[in-house]
Amino acid sequence: MNTLGLYIHVPFCGKKCRYCDFYSVSYTSSNADAYTDAVLRNIEHYSDKTAVLDTVYFGGGTPSLLSAEQLSKFITHIKTYFELSDNAEITLEANPNTLTYEKLAKLREIGINRLSIGVQSMLDDELKLLGRTHTAERAVKSVYAAEKAGFGNISCDLMTALPNQTAEKLRLSIDRMAELPIQHISAYILKIEKGTPFDCNEIRNAVPTDDETAELYMTMTERLREKGFFQYEVSNFSKRGFESRHNCRYWKCLDYIGIGPSAHSCYKGKRFAAAPDIKAFIGSPVQQTEITDSSPCGFEEFSMLRLRLAEGLDLKDVEAHRSDIEKKIPPLIQAGYVKYNGEKVSLTEKGFLMSNSVIEYLIF
Amino acid sequence: MANDKIRNFCIVAHIDHGKSTLADRILEKTETVAVRDMEDQLLDNMDIERERGITIKARAVRLKYTAQNGEDYIFNLIDTPGHVDFNYEVSRSLAACEGAILVVDASQGIEAQTLANTYLAIEHDLEVVPVVNKIDLPSADPERVCAEVENVIGIPAMDAPRISAKMGTNIEEVLERIVTDVPAPDGDPEKPLKALIFDSYYDSYKGVIIYVRIKEGRVKVGDNIRLMATGAVFNVVEAGFMDASSLVNNGSLEAGEVGYIAASIKSIGDTRVGDTVTNNDFPCDEALPGYRKVNPMVFSGIYPADGAKYGDLRDALEKLQLNDASLSFEPETSIALGFGFRCGFLGLLHMEIIQERLEREYNLDLITTAPSVIYKVTMTNGDVQYIDNPTNYPDPALIQTAEEPVVKASILSPSEFVGNIMELCQDRRGIFKDMKYLDDTRVELHYELPLNEIVYDFFDVLKSRTKGYASFDYEMLGYVPSKLVKLDILLNGDIVDALSFIIHADKAYGRARKIAEKLKENIPRQLFEVPIQAAIGGKIIARETVKAMRKDVLAKCYGGDITRKKKLLEKQKEGKKRMRQLGTVEVPQEAFMSVLKLDS
Repeated sequence: MNTLGLYIHVPFCGKKCRYCDFYSVSYTSSNADAYTDAVLRNIEHYSDKTAVLDTVYFGGGTPSLLSAEQLSKFITHIKTYFELSDNAEITLEANPNTLTYEKLAKLREIGINRLSIGVQSMLDDELKLLGRTHTAERAVKSVYAAEKAGFGNISCDLMTALPNQTAEKLRLSIDRMAELPIQHISAYILKIEKGTPFDCNEIRNAVPTDDETAELYMTMTERLREKGFFQYEVSNFSKRGFESRHNCRYWKCLDYIGIGPSAHSCYKGKRFAAAPDIKAFIGSPVQQTEITDSSPCGFEEFSMLRLRLAEGLDLKDVEAHRSDIEKKIPPLIQAGYVKYNGEKVSLTEKGFLMSNSVIEYLIF
Repeated sequence: MANDKIRNFCIVAHIDHGKSTLADRILEKTETVAVRDMEDQLLDNMDIERERGITIKARAVRLKYTAQNGEDYIFNLIDTPGHVDFNYEVSRSLAACEGAILVVDASQGIEAQTLANTYLAIEHDLEVVPVVNKIDLPSADPERVCAEVENVIGIPAMDAPRISAKMGTNIEEVLERIVTDVPAPDGDPEKPLKALIFDSYYDSYKGVIIYVRIKEGRVKVGDNIRLMATGAVFNVVEAGFMDASSLVNNGSLEAGEVGYIAASIKSIGDTRVGDTVTNNDFPCDEALPGYRKVNPMVFSGIYPADGAKYGDLRDALEKLQLNDASLSFEPETSIALGFGFRCGFLGLLHMEIIQERLEREYNLDLITTAPSVIYKVTMTNGDVQYIDNPTNYPDPALIQTAEEPVVKASILSPSEFVGNIMELCQDRRGIFKDMKYLDDTRVELHYELPLNEIVYDFFDVLKSRTKGYASFDYEMLGYVPSKLVKLDILLNGDIVDALSFIIHADKAYGRARKIAEKLKENIPRQLFEVPIQAAIGGKIIARETVKAMRKDVLAKCYGGDITRKKKLLEKQKEGKKRMRQLGTVEVPQEAFMSVLKLDS
């Protein structure tokens, strides 16, 4: 039986972070209720019992702004309309400020078994600059509360290439984060997005140069490895066996359904997306989607996504292109960007840093 | 009109000394142009001529003037190019005249180019009428300038008209001098036709229009004319003159007159400047002296930035050639730049003008290679080769002697810059010939300079080292043996043919280092490190490295939004199409152009 993933986009935030360009709106309880109803309608609409639902991911936004009751309704509904696997990975993205022991215990109870906590940094000056509403101390408390509530699969977000970030500060953040009872770290390089408050000269002048960013990234991967977090994707690190199953669906061209404003899907041979518009989402019986790709996961896309994973691209899966690719490998190996064992091509840490260029050179 | 009422003359002046302004005033005063139709630089009708304040094409315009003696005169004003690149055209225009008005700026005095053209006029037995212009300027010193003209050129000048072409002051005096000082043309209208071609241009309705000075005989509509150098015969459709703005077909031209002939001539290649026109049925015995075919001196590869525009570039060059027989081009292929043309030019200005016209008038985006001169190479087996493309430079082991063209350069400058000029000329392998003071503050220097030392940027550097005051002129001297080497540029170990050039061995190291630095600045960091090397034969003499880029990654993936990532990579791929791909190296077109301007 095929497997399936379900992504639910929860577009509410208490406060928008200064670097963020994801779709989100302010939280109001009436909005949240209307939104909840709309999600339930859509769960019903996409009902599919021909595949095993292996992962559920509540992303945002700040999904932890929803109450345990609202989330419980979702999960109950999902169980009704999908074949939810017994060992399904059910992730909730959360802001440390929204997490109390009581709430965490409820979340664990309704079936959520993985948390992705938006910690971003363990240094208060950096958190403040980013526009985060929590302190490092609050983040630490929320992680311990989650552990106490029974969560054994916790991920924290970490950002690098922050304004004025030095290798020392980054290492300090990592060391503090790695001490926590967590199994996974998503580590992102800050990208200044157009139109965000970070899109200004003050910030642009303060962020590290590309070369400095590269150094920070290498520092980061090295430190994380020392602390037992292994890189399995460009931006994802985990202890053995704790790779995010849901995110891996993206890299492996496996099916997922996305529900919610701006949610993307790859399902039954098409990529499609809902508009980033909460009103439209709430107001429609089922979400309106636009097809973004009617024949996804062709050679280029498949290879591009696989190469983001540390395990790399198995040339058996792209046999028709093997000779073309093999011809291009030697200079990449020489430059230290890729490894090749005769079957799988994979990017090195240095290669991950240059992944756009490397992948473009190798595949496009 | 009797010959004694005709005056054929030209104006000789340095850039900005007021030649075109004076021409404009003369057109006004003789009421050839109504004031309402007057625009500046009326005779220079190419945009590029007006912008640069130069004349590229010769033109002739007929004016009527009633002199103070009450007689009516016909003036033929022949507007000539002033620049050394068009020296031969200038000499042919002069040969069509009996007199030359020498315009000298009252504040600046004589410049190198003026001097060269004045000597040329004197060589052609022209009566030189000096005129001191710009007397309205506060810094004007007409007495000093008149003395300078007498000292330097050796013609009487103390009573030269002092004028301001800009303000229209004393223009009549110039017109009267033309009547009194410039001799009337001679020539017998009953003799067989003998006419000098001093310019031609292509008109899309009438075919080639040739400008002629009738030396003997007459020509009329219906005659069969023969162009003596090419032997081509045509039937005359129009014969007449040009007023300020249009051709006036009055059916015939006679000895002494200047005018035009249209004879359904399809190719400008048939109507070579300096050639003699005669009557095919009643021919003259021998052609006028002095005809020669002009040969390009400077060569450069011209390539479309977008390879798909190769056909457009060819069409544009063909169209330009319709009006400019001295432009030569033939297809060439470069590994680095693809398909393009090896173009030959009379000189640097000519090259710049052609490139600019291709870009402006034909909207082409070009990549040009470093200008090269023609090297003369004698092989060990005795064969002689002329090399205009560095790529074709033979293996040094097979070369017995290599020679390069040398010019005689004349530089006029305020004396305070002599040191800077000497330093520059020495640096460019110049051989000092002599120096003389024109007056207390101005000097004329003569140097022998290798042409390849001045084809890059000599004039620009000269200007910057003399605060813009020096003027410069040159003429070909011939070939001298030289220690030449071919310098190759390698990117990632492979020779980039479009960047090779020939240079004197002593200068190779310095140039190699500069080019390597320029390329480093202009080649962006990319996936692979790019070693830049300059080599003579197999020997590396300069090296730089463009370090590999270190970060090019999209770290986050938003809720499975894959299409955005894919689009980004596709866009990245598309962006690189504008670069030249040489092996694994991506080279932007600016990098090719950057090596042409090493001192800026």
